[in-house]
This record gives sequence, C-alpha cells and structure tokens, in this order.
Amino acid sequence: MHAEKEIHFRDAAAKALLDPQLRANFRRAMDGLITKRKAQFPDPRDLQDLRDLSTAIRSRSLLCLPELLEQLEASCAKNGIKVHWAETCEQANQLILGLLQAKGAKTLVKGKSMVSEEMHLNAFLESKGIEALESDLGEYIIQLDGETPSHIIMPAIHKNKDQIARQFSQKIKDAKYTEDVDELTAMARKVLRQKFLDADAGLSGVNFAVAETGTLCLVENEGNGRMSTHVPPLHIAVMGLEKVVARLEDVAPLYAILTRSATGQAVSTYFNLITGPRGADEKDGPQEVHLVILDNGRSRIYADPQLRATLRCIRCGACMNHCPVYTRVGGHAYEAIYPGPIGKILTPQMEGVGVRHDLIHGSSLCGACGEVCPVEIPIPEILVRLRREATHDDVGSTVAGRGTGRTATEDWAWRLWAGVLKRPALYRVATWFATRFGRALPANAPLIRNWTQSRTKPVPARRSLTERLRAEGVSHE
Amino acid sequence: MNGTKPKKVYFYGTCLVDLFFPDAGMAGIQLLRRAGVEVVFPDGQTCCGQPAFNCGYWEEARDVARTQVALFPEDLPVILPSGSCAGMMKVHYPELFHGQPDEAKVRAFSARVYELTQFLVEVLDVQLEDLGEPVKVTWHSSCHAVRDLGLKGEPQALIGQLANVELAPLTREYECCGFGGTFSVRHPEISGAMITDKIADATATGASLVLSTDGGCLMNVNGALEAKSSKLKVQHIAEFLWERTRAR
Repeated sequence: MHAEKEIHFRDAAAKALLDPQLRANFRRAMDGLITKRKAQFPDPRDLQDLRDLSTAIRSRSLLCLPELLEQLEASCAKNGIKVHWAETCEQANQLILGLLQAKGAKTLVKGKSMVSEEMHLNAFLESKGIEALESDLGEYIIQLDGETPSHIIMPAIHKNKDQIARQFSQKIKDAKYTEDVDELTAMARKVLRQKFLDADAGLSGVNFAVAETGTLCLVENEGNGRMSTHVPPLHIAVMGLEKVVARLEDVAPLYAILTRSATGQAVSTYFNLITGPRGADEKDGPQEVHLVILDNGRSRIYADPQLRATLRCIRCGACMNHCPVYTRVGGHAYEAIYPGPIGKILTPQMEGVGVRHDLIHGSSLCGACGEVCPVEIPIPEILVRLRREATHDDVGSTVAGRGTGRTATEDWAWRLWAGVLKRPALYRVATWFATRFGRALPANAPLIRNWTQSRTKPVPARRSLTERLRAEGVSHE
Repeated sequence: MNGTKPKKVYFYGTCLVDLFFPDAGMAGIQLLRRAGVEVVFPDGQTCCGQPAFNCGYWEEARDVARTQVALFPEDLPVILPSGSCAGMMKVHYPELFHGQPDEAKVRAFSARVYELTQFLVEVLDVQLEDLGEPVKVTWHSSCHAVRDLGLKGEPQALIGQLANVELAPLTREYECCGFGGTFSVRHPEISGAMITDKIADATATGASLVLSTDGGCLMNVNGALEAKSSKLKVQHIAEFLWERTRAR
C-alpha cells in the first residue's frame, strides 16, 4: 500500500535555496542565536548537568503521564480552571468555539501558541465570524501577510527589518515608512494595546503545566502573554498533552534550560504562573479560565517506548537554530507546523511516515540537533527509526502510515546491495569492474546526475585497497 | 588502555577507502606498523552496512554486518580509517543487533572498534617527526567521527605534532559538509548548498589542502572543488601523516 499524496520536501527546499535574501536572513539569525546560546553555557559540565536533570524530569513526567494529567485536571478544578479534553484538532476547535459563543465573544486576542497553529484555529474561527488576532510581535507580522510561522520561537525570522518596514507601511493604517526597529515596534504596540482592551477573550499556549498545583506556566518576552491572559474576561489556554510536569520544583530547571537554549537568555522578560480566574478580592484577571488539552496523535507517539522521547520536547527551537538544513532552507520549506529537526520527527508521526517519507530523508544525520537538544531527544536515531517505519510494516508497530513509503525500486536496490556485499567473492568482482570501468559511467546516469549537480563524478581508484594488499602481501587470515 | 600496547591489530578498510582512497588504507596500515604493531587485514571485507541501516533496511544491513563481524574472531582491536564506519560498528551495531541471537557476540566486537587517529593517539601514543615542506592545511571534522564516535581532537593533535604544518581552522569546523550518504543523492539541492558553503569556507582559509578522517566527506569536498576547478586538494589524514613522516 502506498502513501496517498507524498509531500516533497526536496522540491520546496530547492525553491527556497534559490532565494538569496531568505538564506541570508536565516543564516544571520541562526548565527546570532547559536552565539547567544553558547554564551549562556560557558561550562560544558554545567550544561551537561542541567541537560541530565531536564531530561530526567521530562522522562519521569512522561512515565506517569496518564496519572499526571488526571492530577492536573483535579488541581486545576480546585483553582477554578476548567479542563477540556480534545482528541483531534477539530474537537479542540469546536470546544473553543463553544466557549467563545457561550460568552458571546466576537474577538479573540492570542498570545503565541504552536498548538493553536496545529489546530489552524485562526482560520477556523474566522470562518465562524470570530476575529483572532495574534499579539506576539512575530506572529502579528506574519498574520498581516497571511503566512505561517517559519520558526517555532521566532515566527517571523524569515523576514528582515527592511521587509517588515515595507509591510507595516502598506498594511497598518496611517503608518509611515520607517526602518527604525523601535518605531516599528511602537506601531505594532499601538495597534495591539487597543486590541487587548477591546478583546472579548484571550488565548495562550502553555510551556509547562504543573500537576501538583494546577499552575499554567507561560514563558514570553513581550508582555503580550500577560495581557492576553489577564485583560480579557475569558482566558483559554491550549496545550499538547505532553506538557505536564509533576511538581512546581520541576519547572525551575526546565525554565532555566529553555530560555538559554532558545534565545540565549538567562531568563525571559516575563514568566507567568497562572493559577486561576480573578479571585473575589482581586481587581483584575479573567473571570473564567479554561484549559484545552490536545492529543492530535500524541498518545500514539506515546505508545512507542523509543518514539516517546519525541514528547520530551520543550519547544526551545535549538535544534533548528543549529541545523545545517534548516539554516539554508528556512521553516516554510518543511510545509509543516513544526519545522526543523524536531518537525522532521514530529510531523511524520502525526501525519504519517509514508506521506512524509521525503522529509524523513531530508537530513544528513549530522547530529547537530541531538547534540544541542536540552532534553537529549535522540533526533538522528529517531529519524533512522522512522525511515524504517516508512518502508516496513513491522509487527507491533503503532506508527501512523507505517510501510506506506515502500517502493519496489528501493526494495530491489537494497536487496541487490546486500546480495553483493554479503558475498565477498561477488563484491570482489564488482570492485574489479568498478576500478576498471567505473570512470566510464556517464555523469548523467541516474543518481550519479544528482551527485554531479554540484560535484564532479567520483572516480574509483585503479586498484582497490584489497587488491593492492593482496599484491603486496600484507598478512591475511 | 594504559600500560601494554597491543602487538597485533585488525585493519578494516571500509568500502569507500577500498574503492576510492586505497592510498589512505595503505598509509593507515604503515602508520600502525611503524608504531610496532602487526596489522592483519582479513579477507572478505566489504561494507559495514551503514547505508542500508540509515535507510531503514535493517535486515539487509544485518546480513552484511554479520559477514563482517565474522572476519574478526580474535580479541584484537579493529582499526578503521573512518569515523563514520567506526561509529556504525561501535555505536550502531549494538542497536542494529538488539534482541538478535548474536547480540552479545556483536557487542563484544563493537567494544574493540577504533577509528585510526583515535587509536594512534589514545592507545599507541605515537610521536610524529615532520619531514615535509612547510604547508598550510585546514581540517574538516566528520560529523559521525565527532558526534557518534566521540573523537575529541585526536586528528588535530596529530597534525599539531608536525612542525612544518600550519593548521588554519574553518570558520564552521563542525558544520556538516552535506554528504550524508544517500542524502547527497536524495536531496541533491540541499546537499549541494551545504558543500558549496563548505568549500567556500575551506578556500577562505588560504590552505592548500583539506584533511579529514572520512572518505565520504573527502569525496564530497573533492568533487565540489574539482567542479569549481579549484587548486585546493583533499587528502585523508592517514595518507597526509604517512607522506610527511616516512623516511625517504
């Protein structure tokens, strides 16, 4: 059985590579982030200690995930936060629509949330006559152009200052053209301030949800998260079901490694700990707080002991910042909610490994992602596993779309490969031919022509090492 | 690893060295012999199986890997002139054979695997005397040598022993060259962008030679340099070390 409609990363990436401005924007931005992260971890042993601790916390949380989620629901209820469960994005959208309609809400102001991107919430609400406005500056910038985030932390990182200046002068009412970053920020701020005050509801993501205390932690730099969750009368938080941790003390190390890995900050400008709606004696805060917990394929990922590590992710984006592929093609080429290395393992598990077979192979397995991951997700190993899943329907596998990326050509090629290489006599014949006639292979032969796009044809030596050693009499056994 | 140095080792050529860089294989064997070690090169060597493993064709990879493990029965170190293949045999064989009836046997084999420069520095503690002309070189770190196998600057330490060699570092020494095995032909555009940047970086160092531990990287760098008719050449670290230190 074949995958329905395979999405070709190769084509989108090839197109992106032809855009020198895009490549320059990403390279500059990623270099900056790499440098800033490095400065936060001067001692490799300290970094490793913090990674060990963070990995242990996330692994332990996942180990008792069902219990922690139940505990979270109970703790939230005690705090006056109503928890809702959604298996699919469609269910989550309907839930949120219901909450908004119950309050007669017509406008929603949003803090940054990748889960809401997963749900395509903005488009859904728009179709129901509800305005959803992004209030994170980066998200606001891309929303003006109807784009999707190109990075999970810095959604507008594909644009440079000049491009944003042009965009603001065209799209914001009465805006003058300026390339001054402070002035540009002030322009967006002016629009957003009023929106916070006018909005009927606010929506946010969740960085960590604490089961023990029913606390929703929100990391941000602009104060828009605080405003979205604080000013409107209704606050809806959305999170993937993996975001829960057991205790409040689990949050400190994760927060410390999150901001350092993401933006090279020791702390973020804002760190919100949301524990419920406005109390009787309090002057501000929302009247209602709801938490929507989304599955969307996560429990399927959870079911596999190796792939479960995918859910340790704390969404810092360090893997994409350090990825030689992401740096060159940018986030949009992945045609996925989550781009970069984490997206390369998450997207195929959510959408099916067959339709995303090309994406799974869009990695040189260089390991830069795994090396910087704050919770030590073995991204290269998981990629290899998913390549396996895409081409094989193994007994006991729970992976979406397993086996649907298999082709007769690739099957045949590997069978032939093994057939020769497990028979040294055949291998010797093959290398004899390669050394004598390998240079005669045309540079435009299949596969070779992919290589020769950027390189000369590889030419085998005139005599193989094995042949020379036999001739020179190095000891054989 | 301290104290007694082994008197005898196995040498595993790897398919890329066998077919494309036999001089590197010969040089590696000479370096080991000069350090007083007898080198055994068992017949029947083909490939470590990494290409099939990385593509998910694990039965095929295991079939090939089994024939290779069987060539090294004695409890001797197995030396490879490649960080990537050594990483496959040392780190990934235990994963590949997890739960297989011969897992224990394979694990015992994996524990004996070394990359050449790692063995020369860590185990043999070789001291090199430079007999060559002054030259400026640059160094490309193979991703798998560093991140899979865990090399910690052994090749650079060996280059550092050579009095007439100036090592000019790349700006992005640890960035992948874009080879990635089948990646280079499955995603030729991305791979091409990566290698194009790598050779620009290498050219900017002003070196006349790019050195590396790995045949894959070298084939990639060399092909891109040739396509640009560059004067910059590539050489495997083993061949470079041997050429500069052998008595003439």
